[in-house]
Amino acid sequence: MMEKDMQKTENVSATERIRNVKTFVPRVDIYENKDSLFLLADMPGVDEKSVDIELEKNVLTITGRVEDGRMKDATMMYSEYEIGDYERVFTLSEEIDHNKIVATVKNGVLRLELPKAEKVKPKKIAIKAA
Amino acid sequence: MFNPSLWRVRRFSDTLPEMLQLQREMNRLFSNVGQKSPQDYPAVNIWEKDGNAVITAELPGIDPEKMDISVLGDTVTLSGMALQETFTQGETYLRQERGIGSFKRNIQLPFQVNAQAVEARYEKGILMITLPRNKEDLPKKIKVQ
Repeated sequence: MMEKDMQKTENVSATERIRNVKTFVPRVDIYENKDSLFLLADMPGVDEKSVDIELEKNVLTITGRVEDGRMKDATMMYSEYEIGDYERVFTLSEEIDHNKIVATVKNGVLRLELPKAEKVKPKKIAIKAA
Repeated sequence: MFNPSLWRVRRFSDTLPEMLQLQREMNRLFSNVGQKSPQDYPAVNIWEKDGNAVITAELPGIDPEKMDISVLGDTVTLSGMALQETFTQGETYLRQERGIGSFKRNIQLPFQVNAQAVEARYEKGILMITLPRNKEDLPKKIKVQ
């Protein structure tokens, strides 16, 4: 494993923010079957209330807000990771049915199910005998 | 100004051991590039609170049942397995960045840990372990007679 894979990646291209926190790029897995697209994103510190998913045309934006990671009455002795918000933007190649998107968050992992729109689903074409 | 005065020459030689040291440090830094291994996962932050150590680690998507935390003396061992997605037929990966598989990490603390009183919590993908100090290891107050 390379170092860059072990550490969180800071989001450099993210738009300037009002909140003075760092943003990170969550690591994702994307897979598909013939009906939908699935997306899994590692966003530790995020729960269902603090995650925001937006789909406009074919641009999917995931944002996650993380509370201040500082611990009360505690002094930091050693630090290997930083805490910050998450943001990542994807351009989808296929049409997605906006009304049927299902999102769940469990143990800091966001799971998105993006069903493909009816018209882009592969269709079997029956061949008629000439 | 451009003449190398004796004073300058001496100053340079004074810094030489330091420069060699720096060079050695740089070599060490770059020779380790790309050698981070799963032994360095997860990344941890360590805090001190009321004399206890608190370790926090970002471990998204892990079954808490399959996480193993053990304490021996002054060393804490974190090990576990990241949840794996099972695929049915007809599913294909488009992008894969996640997934560390199994991990194991040892962290040495500057004191002996009271293993009986260790508490661990796993919430929103963040693991938090509170490690109290062993009683025998606490600093003792000595009264002056």
